[in-house]
Amino acid sequence: MTATVDVELHVNGRRHRISIEPRQTLADALRDNCGLTGTHLGCEHGVCGACTVIADGRAIRSCLMFAVQAQDMRIVSVEGLGDPGNLHPLQRAFIEHHALQCGYCTPGFLMLAAATLQQTPDIDDAALRDVLASNLCRCTGYKNILAAVKAAAAEMKARSSR
Amino acid sequence: MTTCAKPIFQKGTTKVLGHPVTRLEDLPLVTGRGRFAADINFPRQLHMRIVRSGQAHGRIIDIRADDARAMPGVVAVWTHADIAGLPPIDFRDPAAEALKPYRQLLLARDRVRYVGEPVAAVFADSASLAEDAAELVALDLQELPATLDASAPPGEFAPGVSTEALVLRQEYGDVDAAFRAAHCIVEADLSVGRHSGMPLECRGALGRYDAAYDIVELWGAAKVPHRNRDALARFLGRPAASVQLHEGHVGGGFGIRGELYPEDFLVCVASQRLGRPVKWIEDRFEHMMAANHSRQQRHLVRVALDAEAHILGLADEFTLDQGAYVRTHGARVADLTLSTLPGPYRVPAYRGVGHFRLTNKTPAATYRSPGRYESTYVRERLLDMVAARLELDRIELRRRNLIASNEMPYARALTMNGHPVLLDSGDYAALLAAALDAFGWDNVQAQLRQRRAAGELVGAGIGLFLEKSGQGPSDNALVSIDAQGYVEVVTGGASVGQGFETAMAQICAETLGVDYRRVRIVHGQTDRIRFGIGAHASRATVMTGGAVHVAAAEVRRKALALAAELLQAPADQLDIIDGVVARRDVPDGASITLGELARQYAPGQEAAGHGTPGLYSEGWFHSEHLTFPYGVHLAVVQIDSETGKVTVERYFVANDVGRAVNPKMIDGQITGGVAQGVGGALYEEFCYDKMGQPLSATLADYLVPTLHEVPHVEVMITEDAPSPFNPLGIKGVGEAGCSGAGAAIASAIEDAIGVPGAVTALPVTPQRMLALLRLAEKPGQAIPSGTAPRLCPSTRCATSD
Repeated sequence: MTATVDVELHVNGRRHRISIEPRQTLADALRDNCGLTGTHLGCEHGVCGACTVIADGRAIRSCLMFAVQAQDMRIVSVEGLGDPGNLHPLQRAFIEHHALQCGYCTPGFLMLAAATLQQTPDIDDAALRDVLASNLCRCTGYKNILAAVKAAAAEMKARSSR
Repeated sequence: MTTCAKPIFQKGTTKVLGHPVTRLEDLPLVTGRGRFAADINFPRQLHMRIVRSGQAHGRIIDIRADDARAMPGVVAVWTHADIAGLPPIDFRDPAAEALKPYRQLLLARDRVRYVGEPVAAVFADSASLAEDAAELVALDLQELPATLDASAPPGEFAPGVSTEALVLRQEYGDVDAAFRAAHCIVEADLSVGRHSGMPLECRGALGRYDAAYDIVELWGAAKVPHRNRDALARFLGRPAASVQLHEGHVGGGFGIRGELYPEDFLVCVASQRLGRPVKWIEDRFEHMMAANHSRQQRHLVRVALDAEAHILGLADEFTLDQGAYVRTHGARVADLTLSTLPGPYRVPAYRGVGHFRLTNKTPAATYRSPGRYESTYVRERLLDMVAARLELDRIELRRRNLIASNEMPYARALTMNGHPVLLDSGDYAALLAAALDAFGWDNVQAQLRQRRAAGELVGAGIGLFLEKSGQGPSDNALVSIDAQGYVEVVTGGASVGQGFETAMAQICAETLGVDYRRVRIVHGQTDRIRFGIGAHASRATVMTGGAVHVAAAEVRRKALALAAELLQAPADQLDIIDGVVARRDVPDGASITLGELARQYAPGQEAAGHGTPGLYSEGWFHSEHLTFPYGVHLAVVQIDSETGKVTVERYFVANDVGRAVNPKMIDGQITGGVAQGVGGALYEEFCYDKMGQPLSATLADYLVPTLHEVPHVEVMITEDAPSPFNPLGIKGVGEAGCSGAGAAIASAIEDAIGVPGAVTALPVTPQRMLALLRLAEKPGQAIPSGTAPRLCPSTRCATSD
């Protein structure tokens, strides 16, 4: 099966015109066709959440969506969250709180948290734990991920109320 | 042997060593700019897909690959016949001759021995094409009976070759006399399930042959790049210098990653033969069946005690389910199990017998805290059972038997990886007391009694561990300073996500007197340094850190000697602060930067003379001894009697690390280790059906704990017992969080249900927990032991009253 279709993806504010097989997942398209390798694959069947990106404001698993389905969506991947010179509060908090070790699951957790805090800035502890329990990390034991997201949430709230 | 009375840097006097600084590694990782194996691509690369056995045991009748070969875009399909001249995968270290028949070939010949065994390799222009073509490869297998229980009597691995590859023995003291003299003997039949490290990144390997310079490159290396370079060079029959391994970012190690597997060899061989780079990226389904498993053991263990509850003797006989082949580690896990079983206790007589047996499952090897997770669980279970039998407090029993600080260094007549066991330093009882105090053990007991009285199933558990780390023999590092004052440290170490770069930079920065952020750490590149010990068995910070310290101290000496000349000041009056050399005794006096000194030391400059130019040194650190970190795990669990779910309400680890390099990273290591240990205690298990089909082949079946299951881990780091065997006093911390977790959780569950000795198998899944609860409802009923046949009836001993 090698017939390809032309697709336009809107990722991190940029348009990518790519030619892909219809069976190609959004995750593979981001990595292989858009050169955005910050989105990682951990299981390819929607359990681990390493491939989480934001699509039209919602956190989704890019391994469970075909790229052709994402054509009309606004996609944000970890590369679009902030860059080394201008980090997102979540990225800064992850560094400050030692919320990553190997860093493989980190993009997925960052995008999951970013979408969540965007939608629910006042999220309570129990709901936040529920959300963060949807992704897997094998290094940190989650303690510092939770602390980092809480710290970033507090900072973002303080900033928006200024 | 180098022994150091006191660590070089005193606590409270350091600028960066021992401080919880943020990591150097993080910026690319939080911005999606890391480079993991799958992120690497080479022009004209081929993609490899492995065709794997779908049967646990079978004779290969035929492999039909014509349809796959005929697919457009497919370049080659290999079976064993195509690479028949290649040897099996050898052991990393010299291993027993008896293990040789059990080594794995790159592709199966004649027989398949586990579901997932590589049978054919497809090479195609794209990953999806390779996968499509692999589905067209037809395997004609004649099914053979599968061996799935390692504690059953051994069978045949191959004609005339037993499935019992080796029986390991270690013994000291008069064990039989100890049991004859015993006031009390307690025995148990204890099992640990089949687990694996399960890093979030699956494996990946890219082979590239550079014909212009005749170099074979392997990208995606991890853990032990230099030793793997040597193994690959031997395998390929090439000079070591013509094989280069490159480590990029690594998505978790945990023991299983970075060993050489069939796929690593295949991409290298194929890149040479097919004339194009070859990329292989494992998927999770493959990972579950192909990457090393670990842990599965069954122990028949007994302990003899005198009337004062002092241990007289310990005897253990266990089986280790090695799976289908013996991989790069040989029988190491069995050896580590045997040599660590006595733990932190005084055991005057000990006999351990380990049956290393092959089955038709995925091959096994090390996983974080190999042998110790298992032996700690077994030993601590037994002690809880003794305490119940003697109606003695669990803590008091342990206190009575702990090795005392004034007995250190404590020689035990065992060997560990061939090294004599010499426990270097420690005050085990003091740490136990401090841990119980910090945890509030007595208050917790009172609260739990109240809650139990109100009908809750809650309990507290304890597990004491003795880890091992810092194994030598030697490691090296190259430290140099450039003309701008930036420092480069080239190591043969490896980074598997543990913060290696930051720890090395801290040690170097403290020694030199520079900002740690100006130190650049190179690791995992075999073309940059000749030797390297890698990152395994909690040794990197001790061994590579030791070498970095030696090299940096020499560079410092050189810098101060030249500065003394230039500033016309005695060298001992000079200090280096933030990369500037100045007099201690004359504030605001003349000064010179390390960058300027490096310029003065450049080739052709007067200072360099005819010696080695540059602010540069190669440092070596040698150690003949292991260091032994130790600590305490404490847990509180609550059990749901309806569902059998075990909730870990509190988790506490106290760990003496000798000397902390970065407390924040140590806390992270311990917390992450607990998450894996708790996973193994309650959730994670590779199960098989009667035909040897894996039932846990996805992350939806093999349950890695989420934030909901992992408790908030409280960590207490102490530095009471620096290791006398390295200048910094460091003990490794990579495995302490895992080590005692099975023991502590099992102990807490038994406390909650009030049936000592009830937990005879890990993980305690909800199903097993419900079975235990039914047992607890019928007091007085004997705990059923394992259903499989006994190992060896002659070692059984009647339980004394």
